[in-house]
Amino acid sequence: MTRESFDLQLDSLQESLLALSSMVEEALLESVENLKRRDVAASRMLIKRDKEIDNRRYAIELEALTLIATQQPMAGDMRRLAATLFIANELERIGDYAKGMSRVNIRIGDESLMKPLIDIPRMAAIGQSMIHRAMEAFVTRNVELAYAVIDDDEAVDALHDQIYAELMTLLFQDVSKIRQANLLLMAAHNLERAADRATNISERAIYSVTGEMIDYGWENDVS
Amino acid sequence: MNPNNSNGTPAANGKYILQADKLNVHYGNFHAVRDVSINFERNKITALIGPSGCGKSTVLRSLNRMNDLVDTARIDGHVRFYGKNLYDPDVDAAEVRRRIGMVFQKPNPFPKSIYDNIAWGVRVNGVRSNMDDIVEQALRGAALWDEVKDKLKQSGLSLSGGQQQRLCIARAIAIRPDIILMDEPASALDPIATLRIEELMTELVKDYTIVIVTHNMQQAARVSDYTAFFSVTPDRTGYLEEFGQTNQIFTSPQSQITEDYITGRFG
Repeated sequence: MTRESFDLQLDSLQESLLALSSMVEEALLESVENLKRRDVAASRMLIKRDKEIDNRRYAIELEALTLIATQQPMAGDMRRLAATLFIANELERIGDYAKGMSRVNIRIGDESLMKPLIDIPRMAAIGQSMIHRAMEAFVTRNVELAYAVIDDDEAVDALHDQIYAELMTLLFQDVSKIRQANLLLMAAHNLERAADRATNISERAIYSVTGEMIDYGWENDVS
Repeated sequence: MNPNNSNGTPAANGKYILQADKLNVHYGNFHAVRDVSINFERNKITALIGPSGCGKSTVLRSLNRMNDLVDTARIDGHVRFYGKNLYDPDVDAAEVRRRIGMVFQKPNPFPKSIYDNIAWGVRVNGVRSNMDDIVEQALRGAALWDEVKDKLKQSGLSLSGGQQQRLCIARAIAIRPDIILMDEPASALDPIATLRIEELMTELVKDYTIVIVTHNMQQAARVSDYTAFFSVTPDRTGYLEEFGQTNQIFTSPQSQITEDYITGRFG
């Protein structure tokens, strides 16, 4: 091997990206758990911890840019580094959605929930699994897995639509719940966007292996 | 060869000015290059890259019959220039080299004045009038005029390495070739002089077709439109492994051998 030290640096960058992903997945699940348990203090803590996610993302970006500047990567190496830069950004944004969920919890405050949370935790579980498998697809260069993750986005979108319909029905019955319904919709929207970001990560996992840029769901967006 | 085309104006309408077809080169019993077929597009820069001994310089030298000067060299296959095989018996090798010029790795100005370095080749080709204009135009074309206009009588050897190389490029374009072949033209130059040559190439390609051999992959990636990657078989015969648009070769090569070479894992 002629580029052992470069390969080691690439591996170490990948480790950092996986660590960031773990933090983000955990934050997403925890944000929903806090909402379910009505734990406002924990939500405030989670918002504070988001700074760590931001810092890790910037460290990864800096490391990737340093490798580009000093190692002049080409072809597969360049695609991997370009994907790393993009994925770090996507993960950081998912962290922001966990922060958004926490704000929802803080704003609901000590009110009791207008309905038991069932579909929102389901959305979070699928979203977390999508992020986890998208990262696995990137690391193991598994294009098939990346496509499977992209397919799961439909389930999250369906749950989002279901939550919307359910909240609207409840609103018709009791219009005084409009504020909380709006906040819960915001929570669902955050989770729906988190799953979209997992889809983006999968697209970059595919690009990293094949060199092909795809934009899955574009037809759905415009139709 | 098209005898009516003596000033660099394309005479044929085809996309490709030069086409190597199943080119094989032997030096004595040694098979240096095997079955190379490449089409060179007009007014584009094509880079030939690959590890040492892959035959890229041999291919370059076959494109204007420089290998004729090597006694043991034998060429099979065709190199078509505007559709005419350069190796046909009725083709004059000197005329081939006038229409397809070459710039070498080490700047090699004549031990003459800057002016004469350019005028000599033009005179040899039978042109006598407007020499001052021709010299100025060539030096401007090679982005050297402003630096030497006040010292045209000084020796070409008094210039810096980068300037000497641009003088050689001026000398090559003074006789208005159609194609300029460059054999590692910047490998003996410092980084600033190298970037100047690269900038110059992007200007020259508006009027000429350029084929460049380079060991510097970043250079190939920076300047060329197309890249040909040559590799070598275990018996040391060079062959064309992959050819494509430069952005494709350097971002998503099709061949694993190309990928390994350009990412620095082989060669």
